[in-house]
Amino acid sequence: MIVEFTVNGEQVSARVTFPGSLLDLLRDDLGLPGSKDACEQGECGSCSVMLDGELVCSCLVMAADVAGSSVTTVEGVGSEETLHPVQEAMHQAGAVQCGFCTPGFVVAAADLFARNPHPSLTEIKEALAGNICRCTGYGAILRALERIATGSAR
Amino acid sequence: MTATTSRRIVAIDGAVGQSPNRPDGIPKLRGEFEFAQDLRAEGMLWAATVRSPHPRARISSIDVAPALAVGGVHACLTADDVPGRATFGLEHPDQPVLAGEEVRFWGEPVAVVAAEDEVTARHAAGLVEVGYEILDPLTDPAEADRRDEVFRRMRIRRGDQTARGAVVVEGSYQVGMQDQAPLGTEAGLAIPDGHGGVDLYATSQFVHIDQEQVVASLGLRPDQVRSHPTGIGGAFGAREDVNLHIHLCMLALHTGKPVKMVYHRSESFAGHVHRHPAWLRYRHEADADGRLVRVEAEVLIDGGAYASTTSAVLANACYFAVGPYRCDSVAVDGVGARTNNPPCGAMRGFGAVQVCFAYETQMDRLAAALDMDPLDLRERNALGTGDPMPTTGQVIETPLPTADVIRSLRAMPLPEADPGPHHSYLPGGSGLTTEPGQVRRGVGYAFGIKNLGFSEGSDDYAQARVRLSGEGAVVETAAIEVGQGLVTVLAQIARSALGISRVEVVHVDTSRIDSAGSTSASRQSQVSGGATLEAATRLRRRILARHDGDDLDDEGVWRGESLLVPWSSLADEDWTETVTFRHPPTTEPDENGQGVVHADFAVAGHRAVVDVDVELGLVKVIRVDTAQDVGLALNPASVRGQIEGGILQGVGLAVMEELVVKDGVMLNATFTDYLLPTILDAPEVEALLIERPGSWGPYGAKGVGEPPTISSTAAVVAAIRAASGKELNRVPVRPQDIALP
Repeated sequence: MIVEFTVNGEQVSARVTFPGSLLDLLRDDLGLPGSKDACEQGECGSCSVMLDGELVCSCLVMAADVAGSSVTTVEGVGSEETLHPVQEAMHQAGAVQCGFCTPGFVVAAADLFARNPHPSLTEIKEALAGNICRCTGYGAILRALERIATGSAR
Repeated sequence: MTATTSRRIVAIDGAVGQSPNRPDGIPKLRGEFEFAQDLRAEGMLWAATVRSPHPRARISSIDVAPALAVGGVHACLTADDVPGRATFGLEHPDQPVLAGEEVRFWGEPVAVVAAEDEVTARHAAGLVEVGYEILDPLTDPAEADRRDEVFRRMRIRRGDQTARGAVVVEGSYQVGMQDQAPLGTEAGLAIPDGHGGVDLYATSQFVHIDQEQVVASLGLRPDQVRSHPTGIGGAFGAREDVNLHIHLCMLALHTGKPVKMVYHRSESFAGHVHRHPAWLRYRHEADADGRLVRVEAEVLIDGGAYASTTSAVLANACYFAVGPYRCDSVAVDGVGARTNNPPCGAMRGFGAVQVCFAYETQMDRLAAALDMDPLDLRERNALGTGDPMPTTGQVIETPLPTADVIRSLRAMPLPEADPGPHHSYLPGGSGLTTEPGQVRRGVGYAFGIKNLGFSEGSDDYAQARVRLSGEGAVVETAAIEVGQGLVTVLAQIARSALGISRVEVVHVDTSRIDSAGSTSASRQSQVSGGATLEAATRLRRRILARHDGDDLDDEGVWRGESLLVPWSSLADEDWTETVTFRHPPTTEPDENGQGVVHADFAVAGHRAVVDVDVELGLVKVIRVDTAQDVGLALNPASVRGQIEGGILQGVGLAVMEELVVKDGVMLNATFTDYLLPTILDAPEVEALLIERPGSWGPYGAKGVGEPPTISSTAAVVAAIRAASGKELNRVPVRPQDIALP
């Protein structure tokens, strides 16, 4: 079937086959490989995207179900010219190592700050509890996001 | 403008000792960085793997016709289609590229399929009909030892074997099978070159060893296979061994088309090696003052079905079986068993992790038996520069600040006793299961030691090339960036050595540079860093000599206050320097395990603070503080990143991470069932870098990747013991180990 929806502000039309996921559609058909596939079952958050304003694991969303929806991927966080404050803070804090979990953290953290500009440390942790990072031990990620929360980010 | 070299070098932006932002940071944050999973080529096929559902079986037949009958399927290859050497292996080529006569572990590849899309490839793989005659798997490593099914035996004897101490402590310990669980699963793309050769872009820690193995199994000339470093999502040891590499190249050459394969997570668990599970028996003897008089250890690790690096992991476990302590009477016996369990190999810490859990538990028990403070006991026995290694007798020539590490860690402040205001800080977390009255706090310490670089006489080298370009200087290397920040550190070294701030690190394929060795054994900062330092230093010297200058910087060559050669003219000349760096040679051990078998050492210590719900057996690791011997921190932020990440993997092994294997079958090969620490599980970490410049790393740097993982596990368990009063001789510690009598 043909599905029409919006990705990062652009209207797209794509042929989807059962039982393909939104993640597969983004990565394989729409040229948006920023969302990563690390577990295929919604445990790691590497494929996090915004679907009609809700943070979801795109690996758990059936592609056919996004008809008429609006999707924002990591490629749509920030603009061509400027980084989103989350991206900038993570870059400055050394919060990126292998980078495979990074897009998911960027999407989830951007969602957090859109909802709550000054989250507490506990709120930051709870918001990111669905994203697994195997490299950093989360320390630098937390330091980056705390700087945004307290308004001390560069 | 000053003319002195030293002032300019210190002033260079992004030089050694600073923490410049990583060059690949912004592409990764934007989702633009290209990982192996993201590679595509015009007209490419997708591959899928047929795997054995049995840990051991004789293959009576394989029928590929049903797979080939599916529309869109281009090939289905089996053992009969392997053109060259039928087996591969990092150290011993004992593993079939595709199993032909017998499968020896659950998940072993039997056939590979290439089709026009991934769904079709996986569907067709499921249609391959393999006839199995099921055989009894050998899954008990102790039984394998009795049957002499072993990859290696180790025997270390040092000193007076009759020495006896007044105080004796004995114990038996067990370490479960941990997985590296890098976030990126195995992935790759092989592209035929149209002349019988192939270009491979695949997840790897060591492209030259992949290339060698592809060459052998495809029966090609070395110049026909080029392995390209590519973006990978973490490694931690899981990417030293070949898995999909040969399969992809076979399919690409068979079909004449680019072929891509990406493992799903469950395949990733089956498709790479794991940390060896271990069974350890110890006997420590000390005199009444707490001096170690004798240590005896028996080390049994399960290597699984194929060799991988079991021999080297076993050796490491045995060489570091006493820990960072002096002892002049030592006996260690080690066995690396061959079973039908999943193959085990490299994981961060490489044998040093398993023994550390055992010897540090022994040290705590010895302190208790002596009625001595456990840190006083360790300090009394601390191994240092000039001491012989307790196992091999090798005199330690590198700075080894064990006593400083112990004293520094002891002096770090402890947190408040209050578990914090929020339920997520209680052991039960947001499950709200914990009654605050059942929470006990515990504090535990542990210390560990490991080698840096390859050992036992291996010719350990790394090549790097530094050249000038119009933009600045370029460092060329095949050393893999796994996420640790090597691309940042090599550029920093080149900046400091050249005097130029504009430096870029470029990865090149196996045809364009010699090997950098594996990104493992905490070695790349030292060996590829050493090669980069020497190449950059020689290049600067040659440039200055040619132009009779006394300084080089971003503007060009200077003499005094005058600019002799501006950059634009200098960059037009051909300036290239290629260096192969070797660390001090090591030797093979003698029949008693004695010899100069290691090139360098590092020590680290960890202090864990935990809150334990003793009623439900739940653990919250509050914080882990550390002091680590780093030689010199080339990039303090990257060092901290290695420390925090390594500690969390140690915490994982202590309290949650275990691949459960029953009768040879893996029971939890998913991220739902193999538990990884989340941000809510991560302790706070305070890290103290102990800088005593080492003997041969660039600017005195030592490798820093593995030490954070070695003793953090033991420290966490020591803290749980202190809180719960339980013995806890096994990791990971499970709730029932704490809560049940």
